[in-house]
Amino acid sequence: MSKIFEVPLYPYQRSPDQDAATPVRHPVVVVGAGPVGLALAIDLAMQDVPVVVIDENDKVSWGSRAICFAKRPLEILDRLGCGDPMVDKGVIWNLGKVYFDERQVFGFNLLPEQGHKRPAFINLQQYYMEQYLVNRVRELEAEGKPIELRGGAKVTDVSQDEAGAELTVSTPDGPYQLKADWVVACDGAASPIRTLMGLDFTGRVFEDNFLIADVVMEAKFPTERWFWFDPPFNRGQSALLHKQPDNVWRIDFQLGWDIDRAEELKPENIDRRLKAMLGEDISYELEWSSIYTFQCRRMDRFHEGRVIFAGDSAHQVSPFGARGANSGLQDTDNLAWKLKLILDGKSPITLLDSYDTERIHGADENILNSSRSTDFITPKSEISRIFRDAVLDLSERYEATRPMVNSGRLSVPCTYDGSPLNGPDCSSMPDRTRPGSPMVDAPVPDGWLLDQLATEFRLMTINLEAPDRIEIDGIEVRRLALSSADDADGYLTQRYLGDANTAVYLVRPDQHVAARWDHYDEKAVKAALLKAIGR
Amino acid sequence: MAQLNTKANIKAPDEFYAELLAVHEGLSKAESDALNARLVLLLANHIGDREVLSQALQAAALKEET
Repeated sequence: MSKIFEVPLYPYQRSPDQDAATPVRHPVVVVGAGPVGLALAIDLAMQDVPVVVIDENDKVSWGSRAICFAKRPLEILDRLGCGDPMVDKGVIWNLGKVYFDERQVFGFNLLPEQGHKRPAFINLQQYYMEQYLVNRVRELEAEGKPIELRGGAKVTDVSQDEAGAELTVSTPDGPYQLKADWVVACDGAASPIRTLMGLDFTGRVFEDNFLIADVVMEAKFPTERWFWFDPPFNRGQSALLHKQPDNVWRIDFQLGWDIDRAEELKPENIDRRLKAMLGEDISYELEWSSIYTFQCRRMDRFHEGRVIFAGDSAHQVSPFGARGANSGLQDTDNLAWKLKLILDGKSPITLLDSYDTERIHGADENILNSSRSTDFITPKSEISRIFRDAVLDLSERYEATRPMVNSGRLSVPCTYDGSPLNGPDCSSMPDRTRPGSPMVDAPVPDGWLLDQLATEFRLMTINLEAPDRIEIDGIEVRRLALSSADDADGYLTQRYLGDANTAVYLVRPDQHVAARWDHYDEKAVKAALLKAIGR
Repeated sequence: MAQLNTKANIKAPDEFYAELLAVHEGLSKAESDALNARLVLLLANHIGDREVLSQALQAAALKEET
């Protein structure tokens, strides 16, 4: 049976654009059909923005790569109509164990907060995610939404002026030109577009190598994340074991800096490592293996004129903490509605500056967290190793230092504090839903709160009256009326009211809070909306 | 605001000092370094107050008069 990453899902087909006398112009061309490019295209098409995705390949990515998807990205995928297959297929986990040397130091339970539709995390191979996204693209095509996926098409040149960008695309039938109001480069950490444009990608290189082995095996290990510091089977280094669907296990060995890559990748050497770790008698099939090094770096700006960067092309982090694909999805979440407003002429082009501000804030937070994890996992000096080992030794006996054990702080969404789009706050309300924060899910009478929010501005009211629909300069804002009378478990009160008795939240299309008040004032809402759309 | 106590606060200081040395007795340099690190972490956790901890870090680095 062929694996799903061996089947061409969007094989090259000749496009009418290739026979046009002059280059055809599209509102948005997305370069790269990975998780980030596909999610962006789906988001745009659902908002009726015509979008063409081009990718030099025609399959989902080989090997499992990203495996851990956090709650916020799952909520974004829900908004895009593909959260269910992800969560249905994914492995939900809450338990983890930390080992040091030959001992188990402690176990933990993430104890996810109740009152959310989605779990804190799922593990799922990236190829499944990409397949579900491609399925969703096909569904939208069938509904007549303006989305097109072109495989076997590689961008070889990019140029731009004030009005738009022009791409040279090479195909099996030869090159053609394509014009776009906006080009979004979702073409990965090695971004060819970024390279073609000669843009900087600066940061910190970590001198370390990691061997990933995804193996298929019938193992009786529980669904837990196991992390080893300095284990007997990988002295002086770390290791990780994590479960994925279909009995695929992700095993990650830290190798250090001075290694012979070709030697380490030989199946017999991988086999030796796996047996030292899991026992001589294991039987397994090696699905995918790879050696990676990593950097923590980002671009100075996430857009340059008409070319926008999203996901790994704009920022790269260490894999500890699952912040790659997860933050890429938050980029697209932030970008799609802004592009829509700009293309519709409802927002000035400068709204895009807020994409840079907000997502650079997110990228810096991710880089900070993942650098700290890396410094704990790979101490950079003698004293940092002494403290790291002290934390681990104490953690075996005392709870005190366990919160310092850092084998990856798992991705949580960032709050856009200080964003130019943020409006007024109300200090008696909970901190976690202040302006700039992603809305926190909660059970509501019709199901889940986040499912009630479409990709549009909404006014959420709790315990007060307001118009069910207002129009502000051509933008319709409908109301979602909630009441603490329907809030038996108190989640809504806890997450949105705090010490206030009533609340009005202006919610952005990406489900972030724009502004909030304890009363309804139409003028204030209008002013906040205009601010949130960059006017 | 909490403030790092830099006034003498330990009763029978000679005994404490002797106990501090005694716990290191017979240890190699590496073992002593590890013990000191564990001690710092336990005391820091006991204090807990981030403000006080920052003041203590600065004071220990001989960076500021407190």
